[in-house]
Amino acid sequence: MSEVLALTGRQMTHLRRTPEKIISVSLTPIAMVVILGYLFASVISVKDGEYHDYVMAGVFAQVGLACVGATALGVASDLRAGLTDRFRSMPISRASVLFAYTVADLVTAAAAMGAVAGIGLLVGWRIHGGFLEAVAGFALLLGFTYAMLWLGVLIGLAMRNMEAINGVTALALVLFSFLSNSFMPLRGLPGWLRAVAEWNPVSSVAEACRVLWGNAPASAGASLPVRHPELASVLTLGVLLAVVVPLALRAFRTAAAR
Amino acid sequence: MEFAIQAEGLKKRFGDHEVLAGVDLSVPPGTVLGLLGPNGAGKTTTVRTLATLLAPDAGRATVAGYDVVRRPREVRRRIGLAGQYAAVDELLTGRENLVLIGRLMGLGRRGAQTRAEELLDGFGLQDAAGRPSKTYSGGMRRRLDLAACLVASPQVLFLDEPTTGLDPASRITLWQQVREQIARGVTVLLTTQYLEEADFLADRITVFGSGRVIAEGTADELKRKVGDERLEISVERSESLDAAAAALGRAVSEAPAVDRETRRVAVRLVDGIGGVARAAAELERSGVPVIDFAVRRPSLDEVFLQLTGTGAQTKESGDE
Repeated sequence: MSEVLALTGRQMTHLRRTPEKIISVSLTPIAMVVILGYLFASVISVKDGEYHDYVMAGVFAQVGLACVGATALGVASDLRAGLTDRFRSMPISRASVLFAYTVADLVTAAAAMGAVAGIGLLVGWRIHGGFLEAVAGFALLLGFTYAMLWLGVLIGLAMRNMEAINGVTALALVLFSFLSNSFMPLRGLPGWLRAVAEWNPVSSVAEACRVLWGNAPASAGASLPVRHPELASVLTLGVLLAVVVPLALRAFRTAAAR
Repeated sequence: MEFAIQAEGLKKRFGDHEVLAGVDLSVPPGTVLGLLGPNGAGKTTTVRTLATLLAPDAGRATVAGYDVVRRPREVRRRIGLAGQYAAVDELLTGRENLVLIGRLMGLGRRGAQTRAEELLDGFGLQDAAGRPSKTYSGGMRRRLDLAACLVASPQVLFLDEPTTGLDPASRITLWQQVREQIARGVTVLLTTQYLEEADFLADRITVFGSGRVIAEGTADELKRKVGDERLEISVERSESLDAAAAALGRAVSEAPAVDRETRRVAVRLVDGIGGVARAAAELERSGVPVIDFAVRRPSLDEVFLQLTGTGAQTKESGDE
């Protein structure tokens, strides 16, 4: 436990000295709020509500997606610097080192979501539900982000190369947020692609938030993630964590700087 | 505990490439073993295996009395590892780096702070202790790195090319700090590309080539193994070179090598002091004015080049 505290303290010092990290993970989402929620809001219409309300849940999920790259880069840079070797040559638990990355980056993500929420409120986004529902929505988003952070840890340990990490995670950010209901309801997609997009955790998390916040949910269809987005979110994220966490621990055990 | 570090038949393969082909090592407590060898000879892989970072495919090894594969945690409590790059957290200050390691090693917050101050004093880093380590020079980073491995007072220290890329002054400072640890009884395994570093720090030297040990001994033993002593003389004027060469030839009955550029004559010395005496007598008789007369031993560089350059043939003759 004291290991986790010491290592998380290290990460928090990083965040204090380089707060740019918060900007780097909120930049794309903020651009989306401005472009879609403000500029395009008048030409895109959704049933049962305003488009600037609809789009925000998906934008918050984008913060989580952006954290994959940020975390992976942090992990890879420790690997390159030889710090990972040092930690691995010390009598501390492997899990504590990786856990510290995810705890500290969750704080980064929460701060970035705060910034995104601020911009959202400026363009007219409002939560039309109760306080507890609002909190539940953000809790779900943080849960989603947490799973993404572990994915970032795994990618950082497995790929090591900074440029490759940048490329892959930037592509994943675009792919996973556009292949979801973040910005458009999925009605128009062909059947198989629609199934993929519906099971994308970004879709179910965003839809669950829209339901909780009264933000023009897109629900149409009979599949499980559409009818029970909160259940689908918990399910897919649980499976993701169950796969990714053991893989990350294994990658850490055999990690080499080169 | 007879040996602080002991390895038997360590093997490791990465894909098709056999990095370690059966490495045996034994380092008595309180001594320094230098690992020499060209890039890719398996030095770093050996260190990583002994430091529990890499599991060997075959063979066994103990460090500080514990098996590196079966009891890695016990080994990790007793070792310090300084890798090829200074493993410092660039965003943290020097002090924060050391406190972090202290807390991870279980010294507690207060204990870690006290230990950090001791090390900052000992390594001359007190003035820079409050600055982020990314502002440090290469030498300061290496010192901080070495200090970081000493936080928990390890019994065994692994130094993987500790002075690569340092300027001569920083290198000497670091050498002195390593020597202080040696004087305290720490066992050190040192890999290096610099033969003078091995000469200066190591009690014994092991030469690696293609994943195995090709020679082992003290620096003197290795030098002797590689070549005989040579007698070298320099003359003042190049006209006297031939006369000097003739005189030396008579003394040792072997054709001397003449270097006209440097006005030097060198000959292999096979029978020690007797040859020296005869050479001196012959030179005096010939009346050649000699400005330098010296017996030279091969340098470790020559040892290194000869052993590793001919790799395959010297394999069997090594490790006696």
